[in-house]
Amino acid sequence: MRITCPICGERDRREFYYQGDAVALRRPAPDAGEAAWEDYLHLRENPAGTTRDLWYHEAGCGAWLVVTRDTVTHAVQAVALAGDGSAEGGS
Amino acid sequence: MRVEGRGLIDRARPVRFTFDGVPHGGFAGDTLASALLANGVRMHGRSFKYHRPRGVLTAGSEEPNALVTIGTGPGAEPNVRATMQELHDGLAARSQNCWPSLRHDIMAVNDLAAPFLGAGFYYKTFMWPRTFWEKLYEPLIRKAAGLGALSGAANRDRYEKAHAFCDLLVIGAGPAGLMAALTAARAGADVILADEGFRAGGRLTGETEEIDGKPGHVWAEDVVAELDAMPNVRIMLRTTVTGAYDQGTYAALERVGRHLAARPDALPLETFWRIVARRAILAAGAIERPVAFRNNDRPGIMTAGAVRTYLNRWGVVPGHRVAVFGNNDDAHRTVRDLTAAGAHVVALVDSRHDAPDVAGVRMFRGAMVSDTRGRRGLESITIRSVSGEDHLAVDCLAMSGGWNPTLHLTCHTNARPLWRENILAFVPVPGAVPGLSAAGACNGAFATADCLREGRDAAGAVLVDLGHAVPQGTLPRASDDAGRLAPLWAVPARGRAWLDFQNDVTVKDVRQAAQENFRSVEHMKRYTTQGMATDQGKNSNVAALAILADVTGRTIPETGTTTFRPPYSPVPIAAMGAGGQGKGFAPERFTTSHAASVERGAPMIEAGLWYRPSYFPEAGETNWRQSCDREVALVREAVGICDVSTLGKIDLQGPDVPAFLDLLYANRFSTLKVGRVRYGLMLREDGHVMDDGTTARLGEHHYLMTTTTAAAGQVMRHLEFVHQCLCPGLDVAFTSVTEQWAQFAVAGPESRALLNELLDAPLSDAVWPFMACGAVSVKGVAGRLFRISFSGEHAYEIAVPARYGASLFRLLLSLAETRGGGAYGMEALNVLRIEKGHITHAEIHGRTTADDIGMGRMVSPAKDCIGKTMSERPGLSGPEREQLVGLRPVGDVKKLTAGAHLFDPDDEAVRVNGKGYVTSVCYSPTLGQMLALGFLKNGRARHGQRVRAVDHLRDLETLCEVVDPVFFDPEGERVRG
Repeated sequence: MRITCPICGERDRREFYYQGDAVALRRPAPDAGEAAWEDYLHLRENPAGTTRDLWYHEAGCGAWLVVTRDTVTHAVQAVALAGDGSAEGGS
Repeated sequence: MRVEGRGLIDRARPVRFTFDGVPHGGFAGDTLASALLANGVRMHGRSFKYHRPRGVLTAGSEEPNALVTIGTGPGAEPNVRATMQELHDGLAARSQNCWPSLRHDIMAVNDLAAPFLGAGFYYKTFMWPRTFWEKLYEPLIRKAAGLGALSGAANRDRYEKAHAFCDLLVIGAGPAGLMAALTAARAGADVILADEGFRAGGRLTGETEEIDGKPGHVWAEDVVAELDAMPNVRIMLRTTVTGAYDQGTYAALERVGRHLAARPDALPLETFWRIVARRAILAAGAIERPVAFRNNDRPGIMTAGAVRTYLNRWGVVPGHRVAVFGNNDDAHRTVRDLTAAGAHVVALVDSRHDAPDVAGVRMFRGAMVSDTRGRRGLESITIRSVSGEDHLAVDCLAMSGGWNPTLHLTCHTNARPLWRENILAFVPVPGAVPGLSAAGACNGAFATADCLREGRDAAGAVLVDLGHAVPQGTLPRASDDAGRLAPLWAVPARGRAWLDFQNDVTVKDVRQAAQENFRSVEHMKRYTTQGMATDQGKNSNVAALAILADVTGRTIPETGTTTFRPPYSPVPIAAMGAGGQGKGFAPERFTTSHAASVERGAPMIEAGLWYRPSYFPEAGETNWRQSCDREVALVREAVGICDVSTLGKIDLQGPDVPAFLDLLYANRFSTLKVGRVRYGLMLREDGHVMDDGTTARLGEHHYLMTTTTAAAGQVMRHLEFVHQCLCPGLDVAFTSVTEQWAQFAVAGPESRALLNELLDAPLSDAVWPFMACGAVSVKGVAGRLFRISFSGEHAYEIAVPARYGASLFRLLLSLAETRGGGAYGMEALNVLRIEKGHITHAEIHGRTTADDIGMGRMVSPAKDCIGKTMSERPGLSGPEREQLVGLRPVGDVKKLTAGAHLFDPDDEAVRVNGKGYVTSVCYSPTLGQMLALGFLKNGRARHGQRVRAVDHLRDLETLCEVVDPVFFDPEGERVRG
């Protein structure tokens, strides 16, 4: 698998650390309530199709990335920096 | 036997080799199979289940029968295909799956028991009595099963892994692959051309047909020469592309040293490649199908194309009296080539009534070979036609049931191939693997002219795709005859007709599977084991499917097909795991004091990737406990030195660092003053403890965070996540400086006096109270000092740039030794911290909360932090939780072990009564007894009570008193003194 880091270019997936769904970007407010926090921490979709996952370029530039990927075809559709505002949190 | 004047072998270079200890001769350019056939050796092994005599069936990597063991000792390699093993001087091959010898094999009795050993015998036979399975049946079956055997000794051979990148990967160097590579290379693309053989040309090396008026193999040589001279082309022979993966990644196995008589030590035996290609063209050719008829597995019976290859490439005719049997025009080529070479072809048996004429051979039209005879090799065949049966004495039978495109790689990402009726074969689905296209015979184009055209066109499409100009040029002239064929899968007859030679699966087995309602192709495959041997059914899948379709009254497309998974052909684990044996390529991190510690005889232990000294033995000490006890005492009584550089160090700068730290740590850091250090607890977002450490404020906008050694990487990743993903607006910058600073603990009552000898300016308690930090000058070197303590003593940590670490460590040791102190290692460090009840990852193991470890009040109520909301969930604090306690033995048994479980004194020591567990233990020389830290339900309220620590594994039971986890100096007077 290859991931194109917006900073470093196309790299082997071994350079990256996989975190999980990009929903982790949308941290609820402390008083958002149990349901919101339960959703944020524990509940995940398992789609056959497009997912948005967080990857960390650990053996590269250290950037957190949102990788949009198809779980059926394994095609990587888009890679964006998690921190520059262009990647909306969550799938 | 060898035919003069034919073949691409070097007759000037004879080669000596042995098979089962018998010496033979061959030539450079031979394979083991061609050389054995040239020497008249037809029997190469015994079959898997029935132990039938078997000889070579094919001339390629699909070979199911001629599997041998090469070499002896630890490096002996079983299951080597004789058809792929290049001959070299001194090659020693042994037959396998037979005992005591290939000719006389005890297990051949299985063949007589064949009526009982059909499909599913396994499941039906070994059912009863149930207890016999584990004790009797399974060991017996395991002993009898398997192909070849490993030596059981550690393999000392060298293997490697490598990576390659290219614009275009061409898989297969036959006419289609060569044409594709040439077209792309001439346009300037970066091309890798890989072929599993040791000579480019593919089928052209085994045929007599011409391209551009010259022999096909000469044309191939000319193309290779042109490609070889181009800097943008890499030709990788002996390289099998074994798998297709996502985003243009391909796995390949290169046999680097297997063909060399004398292999230099530095040269690997095999290299496992990962090739990342922007585009790939599969030009893997096709594999000929055998025909299923009674006793079609005798040595001497092989595919018609293989017979041609042995003749044209190696100058070998595998028999004195040859017959050819097929359902297609291609088989007729075998007759023509053999006749032209002067070999004796006794018959051409063609199942088609309208088969075209072939001159100079006795033809049987509309006829079939229905049986064969010959105990250890073919002696005669029976030909059945409308006019009755004929028996002919032959010692070689060339058979052809048509050709199957080698489309395996196109199925590796889950696509299923399409059936094409006109060639009676499956072809790849276009676009099955993104970026991969098929060309030539593997795409169902069997005429050489079509192969050349498809190769050129596939490369042209790639060039357009990649933005290259497509070079113009005419195609080389070649035959456009693809031949015709008529269906023929199995010859109806009683007896056993083999489909899968490697797993001994016959037509009868497939029929039986269908009768027992295993009608799905996936069920049939698993019930009969057809296609489940190491050849993955390359020779048998389509025929087995056709028979299943016939029995179940469906068409082949209706019946469906199984798919193919990587690897295309077997890959040794040693190659995939290259660099992983022993320490392999695992990185090792050494501190600046490493050499000095090793010089002092300290055993080094792994801490993550780091190596740290366990203890520093002195003369007269015979075990680690003596050294450890002495080191603990010297810290408590004088001064000890310990390298703590392995702790993660993260340098943080910027005006928003206080806000950042407040979010990261459970406790508040925005109130930390310049020149002070604070202990901090980090939670995960789910409310459990992630890590702990100290953070020092070195300047207005400058902080230094330390993490535990084990969690340094995780904490750095966490910081990056929190900053980039949760609060990108904060003005902070941070980087790991773990390797930039060497840092040493100077611990003990004499520590300040020692430092005053070392530092350029003396320390005073007014300026350097407990938890102070700041810049110091160490013999003129700018360093940092932190008054922090893990040992509970008056202690400091002194840091200098890493290049001064080695000399500072030696200097600290010599100063400590003049004061009755010295170095201490990990064992003593652990004892010192247990005596003080300080936690490590033994306690914060991922399932404990701040409240569990007695730090619940550190979670600041006045601010948000990572993990705060979820730490407030019911069930994560309170008396129902297991809380950190200290344990002291109070009964007759004085020993404690980590991992023991805690029970109330009168409870039975079973799981439901468990009240907690022990996480850390040590012998405390300071207190003269063993101490433990552990977690006990409602433990903080149980100080003074008794519990039993029961270690079921070590059979140990210790009565303990529950105490505060801080065993020593609970008031903390020593650390402040």
